Amino acid sequence: MSDIISVTVKVWRQDGPDSSGGFETHPQQISTDASFLEMLDLLNEQLNDRGEEPIVFESDCREGICGTCGVMINGRAHGPQKATATCQLHMREFADGDEIVIEPFRAAGFPVIRDLAVDRSPLDHIIESGGYISVGSGAAPDANLTPVPRDAAEQAFDAAACIGCGACVAACPNSAAQLFTSAKVGHMALLPQGQPERWSRTESMVEVMESYFGSCTNHGECHEACPKEISLDFIAYLNRDYVKAKVKNRALSGQR
Amino acid sequence: MEPGAAPQPNSTVLDSKVPDGPIADLWENHKFSMNLVNPSNKRKFEVIVVGTGLAGASAAATLGELGYRVKAFTFHDSPRRAHSIAAQGGINAAKNYPNDGDSVHRLFYDTVKGGDYRSREANVHRLAEVSVNIIDQATAQGVPFARDYGGLLDNRSFGGAQVSRTFYARGQTGQQLLLGAYSALMRQVAAGTVELHNRSELLDVVLKDGRACGIVTRDLVSGEVTPHSAHAVVLATGGYGNVYFLSTNAMMCNVTAAWRAHRRGALFANPCYTQIHPTCIPASDDFQSKLTLMSESLRNDGRIWVPSGAGDARSAADIPEAERDYYLERKYPAFGNLVPRDVASRNAKTVVDAGHGVGPLNNGVFLDFAVAIERDGHDAIAARYGNLFDMYQRITGENPYTSPMRIYPASHYTMGGLWVDYHLMTNVPGLYAVGEANFSDHGANRLGASALMQGLADGYFVLPYTIGDDLAGLLGDPVVPTNDPVFTAAVAGVEDETSRWLSTNGSRSVDHFHRELGRIVWDNIGMARTETGLRSALSDIPALRDEFHNDVRVLGSADTLNQSLEKAGRVADFFDLAELMARDALEREESCGGHFREEHQTAEGEAQRDDDNFSHVAAWEWNGSDTPQTRHIEELTFDNVALSQRSYK
Ligand SMILES: Cc1cc2nc3c(=O)[nH]c(=O)nc-3n(C[C@H](O)[C@H](O)[C@H](O)COP(=O)(O)OP(=O)(O)OC[C@H]3O[C@@H](n4cnc5c(N)ncnc54)[C@H](O)[C@@H]3O)c2cc1C
Ligand code: SF4
Ligand code: FES
Repeated sequence: MSDIISVTVKVWRQDGPDSSGGFETHPQQISTDASFLEMLDLLNEQLNDRGEEPIVFESDCREGICGTCGVMINGRAHGPQKATATCQLHMREFADGDEIVIEPFRAAGFPVIRDLAVDRSPLDHIIESGGYISVGSGAAPDANLTPVPRDAAEQAFDAAACIGCGACVAACPNSAAQLFTSAKVGHMALLPQGQPERWSRTESMVEVMESYFGSCTNHGECHEACPKEISLDFIAYLNRDYVKAKVKNRALSGQR
Repeated sequence: MEPGAAPQPNSTVLDSKVPDGPIADLWENHKFSMNLVNPSNKRKFEVIVVGTGLAGASAAATLGELGYRVKAFTFHDSPRRAHSIAAQGGINAAKNYPNDGDSVHRLFYDTVKGGDYRSREANVHRLAEVSVNIIDQATAQGVPFARDYGGLLDNRSFGGAQVSRTFYARGQTGQQLLLGAYSALMRQVAAGTVELHNRSELLDVVLKDGRACGIVTRDLVSGEVTPHSAHAVVLATGGYGNVYFLSTNAMMCNVTAAWRAHRRGALFANPCYTQIHPTCIPASDDFQSKLTLMSESLRNDGRIWVPSGAGDARSAADIPEAERDYYLERKYPAFGNLVPRDVASRNAKTVVDAGHGVGPLNNGVFLDFAVAIERDGHDAIAARYGNLFDMYQRITGENPYTSPMRIYPASHYTMGGLWVDYHLMTNVPGLYAVGEANFSDHGANRLGASALMQGLADGYFVLPYTIGDDLAGLLGDPVVPTNDPVFTAAVAGVEDETSRWLSTNGSRSVDHFHRELGRIVWDNIGMARTETGLRSALSDIPALRDEFHNDVRVLGSADTLNQSLEKAGRVADFFDLAELMARDALEREESCGGHFREEHQTAEGEAQRDDDNFSHVAAWEWNGSDTPQTRHIEELTFDNVALSQRSYK
């Protein structure tokens, strides 16, 4: 059943990428049935009524699937609830009297655009560098021509479930994007359709990743923050494939 | 014009340009007769694609592969975020892998019937034909569809279909299909054939001498307003379900791109055809920002009921069996809880309106799994619906294993949209619409798992052919330069609009007005419509719109990320659309699919079509802000499917 709780919201405000930011504090009374983002909607409504500009934060599906939302809540990417994106978090996870500190995802690869919104386009650049299987429209054979063992398909799915939110990067002390990259590499490497480009894909995606993000030192914070609970095994799998790729790509281009 | 009266004098009958011939060969033959653009000439053509959902990403990727120079636009921060990502249930295709009697003809037939005989046969047949290619394409891209133990693709029956033709990827089919199309798109971005513009919102469509020659966009981060020219413009900008404010659509879905095209002359077809999905979680409070869909599959095992007595506030457990009304089972003994979406939705409204609603706000009906759990065991139900039960609990804080779920209908999909011909071209030469943004294939009601099919059919397999036929005739023509007066005027118009919002200085937020508009639309142009309700909407909407334009408060400036400013323009377009929906609903003096006019029902309370007078598409022409739109029609003929009255008793 719903209750009304009083919380203190300390939220990061920053006008633009080059401005310095700071915290603003707002007391909030809120129903425990509200979602976390609805709490911010209400706060924005109040700010607007008072003639203050609303807080910029991003969301779209509000169902945990599009990856648009994402903020640090009390120092944790997507907040306290496990396997839960910011938009799925509800106020019943908080108690009366709580202080809630809200900040943007902080990572060198994700510059702040405004308030809580950051630029995550480097994740797209990683995909652009090889996160696809080259098959033009109309060129595909019958879908059942190549059976895929059910387990392989299921594991590929576990990796493909990544929503591209960037929480893994934000949670990582090194701002590394290994979990995200390994999810895409793993998804494709597990499927027969992904084999022809497996080694070139792995090498180029890792290289583009490294040009934007820090190095992975196996802290595992990424997995803890990940709303889709992408397994750390995919990082191990990526590392193994990357080493192999280095050798194979050289061999394939005749430079052995 | 009075409802049911003869068409206005200047109303015309539209030509869908469907070629002649037997339906089964129409598309094959037509592909052969269309003009082609020679491979080395394709790079001489520039094409703008707005929207990177299933329809837009597949179209942009395919056009890029063919060699056209493509510019793709999305207001999202990445193409992967489009609303398509949220589709859960699956995608239909006439593969007949289960060998249970499916065929292209059956999928065609079911879609025409499901649309309550208000769609264009030729388009639907083509859709059913290419459906099989979509599954091949997606599988080759690495989409991890569900498989059986032999490693082959698995199918299920969806939304009451009598064959298993739905392919699915857990409960995330839309996500996986979109990631497939997105990866194809990013491959073309890497190849340099597609230039991608994220966080760019289309705010105008530009015409020169009656032909679409480009668009104007606003960069949502810098605020810069920019003209873009091309030989053709494709809108793949999704549906308008958020006109109701509360819907299962993503927060940013809106009608602006289609509406701005409409204001430039593109006809808007069947705006009153909207789909209300029966199984969504009811709103919990006034601050509710959107509604969450609970998969339709729950109706396979859940029993829907309300207390027999109005105003009964006891909890479900305290209401004895004899005082429960399983109203769907009572009224439709043959189909029971599995009646189609529109019937289930309307019946929920009837009982709630009569005071039988449950939950703290009395705004839901129970979906009860007690019998299923007792029959099959807790574990079997958890295996079937565990994810959904968890999602329900996360949102409501209630445990559906021990107390029934509460559900209520919500706006979900819009069948109406920009009118397009057989080539998916609007009546404006050079301007195309694909995916949910067009009106084409679903008639008055869309079947489950058919929207993903249509978006990808349009983008991968239809538009890339038909656009060539039109472009071939333009070989050698340069694009209209962006310093042409048609562009400078459009840019100035957009800048004016922006500064108008910022200087209105009213007292209420954009969201406030959107919520109020949504209430009017939901109450009067929702699940059941009456002449009285529609007429009151036609006076309430313009009144609230005036208030909106005079009293909205948009703070901040135009040269930063300003979400209130973005929303202001979108809500303004929703106001105009809502008014047209009411007029369209008023003039369609029949009930069909998602459009239920209480005046037109059978003795049993079912939708009653009027095929003699309304077997047509209504396509509305903009006449300027101060003059009502003109209603044109496209006649629908049914040569391959016999018209019948639906019955689920
Ligand atoms: C909860 C839910 C579940 C669903 N489940 C299913 C299902 O199981 N099966 C099924 O077949 N269908 C389902 N549907 C319907 C289906 O998901 C949609 O109809 C379909 O995905 C629409 O795709 P689209 O490409 O036409 O548009 P969208 O995916 O909505 O994409 C629109 C694109 O246009 C862009 N855009 C819009 N306006 C502008 C503008 N002005 N400027 C720039 N860019 C713009 C957006 O950024 C986005 O990229 C579901 C719908 C919902 C709401
Ligand atoms: S791996 Fe997890 S945390 Fe990282 S982007 Fe994907 S879903 Fe988000
Ligand atoms: S808003 Fe889509 S994942 Fe949160």
